[in-house]
Amino acid sequence: MSDNRQGTKSGRRASRRDFLKAGIGLGGAVAAGKAFASEADPAITEVQDWNRYLGAGTDAAPYGMPSQHEAEVVRRNVRWLTASTESSVNFTPLHALDGIITPNGLCFERHHAGVAEVDPAQHRLMINGLVKRPLVFTVDDIKRFPRENRIYFLECAANSGMEWRGAQLNGCQFTHGMVHCVQYTGVPLKRILDEAGLKTSAKWIMPEGADAAAMNRSVPLAKALDDCLVAFKMNGEALRPEQGYPLRLVVPGWEGNMWVKWLRRIEVGDMPWHTREETSKYTDLMDDGRSRRFTWVMDAKSVITSPSPQAPMLHKGHNVLTGIAWSGRGKIEKVDITLDGGRNWQSARIDGPSLPRALHRFYYEFTWNGEPLLMQSRAVDSTGYVQPSKDELRAVRGLNSIYHNNGIQTWHVTSSGEVENVEVS
Amino acid sequence: MSRFPKVPLAAAACLAASLAIAEPLGIGRVALPEEVAAWDIDVRPDGQGLPVGSGSVADGEVIFAEQCAACHGDFAEGLDRWPELAGGQDSLNSVNPIKTVGSYWPYGSTVFDYIKRAMPFGNAQSLSDDEVYALTAFLYHMNDLVDADFALSNENFTAIALPNADGFIDDPRPDTRTLAIAEPCMRDCKASVEITKRAAVLDVTPSDEKNPSASID
Repeated sequence: MSDNRQGTKSGRRASRRDFLKAGIGLGGAVAAGKAFASEADPAITEVQDWNRYLGAGTDAAPYGMPSQHEAEVVRRNVRWLTASTESSVNFTPLHALDGIITPNGLCFERHHAGVAEVDPAQHRLMINGLVKRPLVFTVDDIKRFPRENRIYFLECAANSGMEWRGAQLNGCQFTHGMVHCVQYTGVPLKRILDEAGLKTSAKWIMPEGADAAAMNRSVPLAKALDDCLVAFKMNGEALRPEQGYPLRLVVPGWEGNMWVKWLRRIEVGDMPWHTREETSKYTDLMDDGRSRRFTWVMDAKSVITSPSPQAPMLHKGHNVLTGIAWSGRGKIEKVDITLDGGRNWQSARIDGPSLPRALHRFYYEFTWNGEPLLMQSRAVDSTGYVQPSKDELRAVRGLNSIYHNNGIQTWHVTSSGEVENVEVS
Repeated sequence: MSRFPKVPLAAAACLAASLAIAEPLGIGRVALPEEVAAWDIDVRPDGQGLPVGSGSVADGEVIFAEQCAACHGDFAEGLDRWPELAGGQDSLNSVNPIKTVGSYWPYGSTVFDYIKRAMPFGNAQSLSDDEVYALTAFLYHMNDLVDADFALSNENFTAIALPNADGFIDDPRPDTRTLAIAEPCMRDCKASVEITKRAAVLDVTPSDEKNPSASID
């Protein structure tokens, strides 16, 4: 059966990486227009194995997995970024996904002390500090509160950070893959804080994780009471261990580091804690040597996920361009596309749910005649914020900022269909 | 400079709307004082949360060599890609900013809080309070903030200010265009377009072993 893969579309897609690695143009692979076959397609005229023989029975995979032909669609690491995998990040394969929901097993990971393997029976959530009654909850206790289901994106503040000074990585997975979007089931944090009873002096909360980094951040009480959730499910099933099982904080629209995983404690206070992750890290260094802090909101951003370096153009004629857009300030109002490096723009079509602080999926159908293209997408959110160019960001923030890079991405499509990460004038 | 950043207007409005407090459902139980004490390890810049204790630079040097130097180097200079904790003064506005306790971190409480909760890497919360004071004192010394005979304690902790305490400003975004300023251009927006940067030049995409020029941390 494995021999059959060579002749299938999937087989060809799986070989793209090698294709590009070798620096070979796609040349002959780019087909033009509607064609007439000179001989019959064996995919039609020959009976395939799966068409003749019985497949695996039920229960062959008690927890289902994707097709073997999708084995390339996995999270990937960039090893030179960090000193160890326990304090590191990997990336969502955005180039291979569609719609607005990220499958749980493909949601990028970012840990500061590895994945905490928490026994839910031994897990507790404590509320202490400026409350009338310091409380302890079991995981089962949390599930006794009224629940909500909400779809939100989560983006790391460092997403696209490697691109701050210039184009570095040839892959949408690596330039933009520190974002995912799932449906959370959880309890409004306000409901849990009310159970403890906030004192009138309460102004801030400090969520803390049960991992070996005991991750802690300061969150203003206004946000905590507005839309934060204590989540225990993602996309209908229990949180994955790498996403904070059994409990994680959801902080819609704000940088991912604040969404404390393995949530074990929330302290209520009257001033911020200035923890390591909100001082030494996740602060935005400006050209004058000063830094912006408490830069929580993830501003409007978009990227074309296909075509992109890992998903080259394979066909002349009619093509589908697709991508994602999101804003921490609300919904995406519109996405514009350029194929000529920003000289002329057309509006893309947003399809699927349009929800605040969630990914939006856009499409732009076009005809490609084989000429080189310079593709960009530009999002506008419901507050009127316009996604800036990278040079606009650098003009305001300088070259040392790293975090919160929501600048417009450019993909250069060559005449052979390869796609590379570039910047343009 | 205030330690209380302005809360965005929209969020403030939500705060007002959320003053309707839900009736308790009787879920959970009251935390015992010893339970709160076991987990309530955080320390703030005003000193709240500091445990009683003290530690000297000299003691810190010994502990650092045993527990920390394998990653951070004998002088807190950082090995490989592990964080450097000393030096970097006057580098923040250069092309190669070096963010250390002495050059970047605003508050000593952050050092104490982080070491106590997360260090040593892979053996967190194994240090005594006195050892955390000693390590903090040693890092101050490596950053030329205190003399070699200094000892840090809960008594003198807030008297030591870090050099970059005033180096932070609150978030001024949005700091680029909005529709209130101008509609985005749709037609004939540029006379010409040239490629100015290419990722292929650096060639650091995974499956490649070369070292890049920049990284996240």
